[in-house]
Order: sequence, then structure tokens, then C-alpha cells
Amino acid sequence: MKTIITSSGNITTAVFDKRFGRAAWFCIYDDQTGEAEFIENVNLNASNGAGTKAAEKAIELNVKKIISGDFGPKAKELLDKFEIQMVILQDDNLTIENIINKLKN
Amino acid sequence: MPRRRRLRKVIAPPGFKGYKPYGANHSKNEFIELLYEEYEAIKLSDYDFMNHETAAKVMGISRPTFARIYESARRKIAKAMVEVKEIRTVYGNALLDKNWYECHVCNARFTIPKTQNKHCCAICSSININLLKNDI
Repeated sequence: MKTIITSSGNITTAVFDKRFGRAAWFCIYDDQTGEAEFIENVNLNASNGAGTKAAEKAIELNVKKIISGDFGPKAKELLDKFEIQMVILQDDNLTIENIINKLKN
Repeated sequence: MPRRRRLRKVIAPPGFKGYKPYGANHSKNEFIELLYEEYEAIKLSDYDFMNHETAAKVMGISRPTFARIYESARRKIAKAMVEVKEIRTVYGNALLDKNWYECHVCNARFTIPKTQNKHCCAICSSININLLKNDI
């Protein structure tokens, strides 16, 4: 199962990004292989619809879970429709590695 | 400062964007905005035949608030009919009924989609979770 974690950088020691549509990078973690892959968010500076585009990307990648700090109303609606689990973490000092380790347990 | 508006729970948004009169003598481009919660109020009391007390509970609001929303909905529909106006549905102060949970161990908030049959925390798999009410 694939999980997206919003990240501020493209390495696992990068800090988790609390924004969803405007996160700098998306970390795609696969819990079967244990591999983390990073993709750049091309809609980072879009004037509107960043959340929707990020949600569409997640659907396209067949992700089942998204970990972020908040989701906009449009993204929520779309992710809900495609039955993707949304997870909100409020702790902003976490790194991608910390989150992945939590998921492993 | 007025008290903040509680979000009204709406089980399903209306399956249409609006209603337009046809065969009208003078076609006007005016419209009336019907809020999602008003649609829900009409649906609960006149389609599902609930009394205001139960319907208010379903929407997570008090009975007098429900009565006000319901009255406003009826008046809007009546106005649209008499004045030959289009009805458009708008979001309003609705909270679409999604279930958000909170984990007591790691404080994560998450949804549990229907396709998932596990009822545990999305981060730490703890079963010490509870349903959040009305505040995300």
C-alpha cells in the first residue's frame, strides 16, 4: 500500500510539510517494499487549485493514505470520494523518517 | 461579536446544481441561493418525515436553529416559485458528513474510508481512538 507524506525536501531527513497542495515535495512510501520515493510538487506556486491537483496526482498514483497537516475543502471532498485515507498530524517538528518509523510499528 | 456559527451536518449534498423555471412569461436572470443545510432541512423533515427534534440531532444543531433553517428554506423556495426565479444550491455552513477520528496515543486525526476494514489509528495502529464531533 502506498502512502504520501508531504515533505519540505527530497530526503528522508527533511521536515514534514504541514500543507498539502503547496508542499514542496511528496514522499511516496510503499510499506511492502519499504522504499521511499520523492516527487516534486509542480503546483507549488499555482494561484489556485493546488489542493485539487495534488489530490488528482494521488489518485493517479493509486495512493491509499495521505499524511499532511491540513486538507482544503476541495481536496477533502475529492479524496473522500476516491476513498483515500487522510491523516492530519499537528506536530511540525517531525521528519519524514520519524513518520515512516511510526508507520512501520 | 456574534457567536460563531456551528457547522451543520449534511449527510449528502443535493444531487443537482439548481432548478430553473420554464415557460415563464418574462425570463429574468435572477436567482435565489439555497444553502446545503436548507436543502438538508427540507429533505429531513418533508422527505424523510422526521420531526424537528430528531432532524436537529441528525444535523448536530439545536431544535430552534433547525426550525430557523427549515423556515428560511421554505421561504426561499416559495419566493423562487412566486417570483419566477431560478434556485441555485450553494455550500453555506455545511459540514459534509465525513467521519474523522482522533488517536489518543499519537494525537493524529484521520478518516477511515469504507474500503478499509481496520478500525484503528492510521499512524500507530492503536485502537484507542474516538470519533471527533463537528470540529474539523
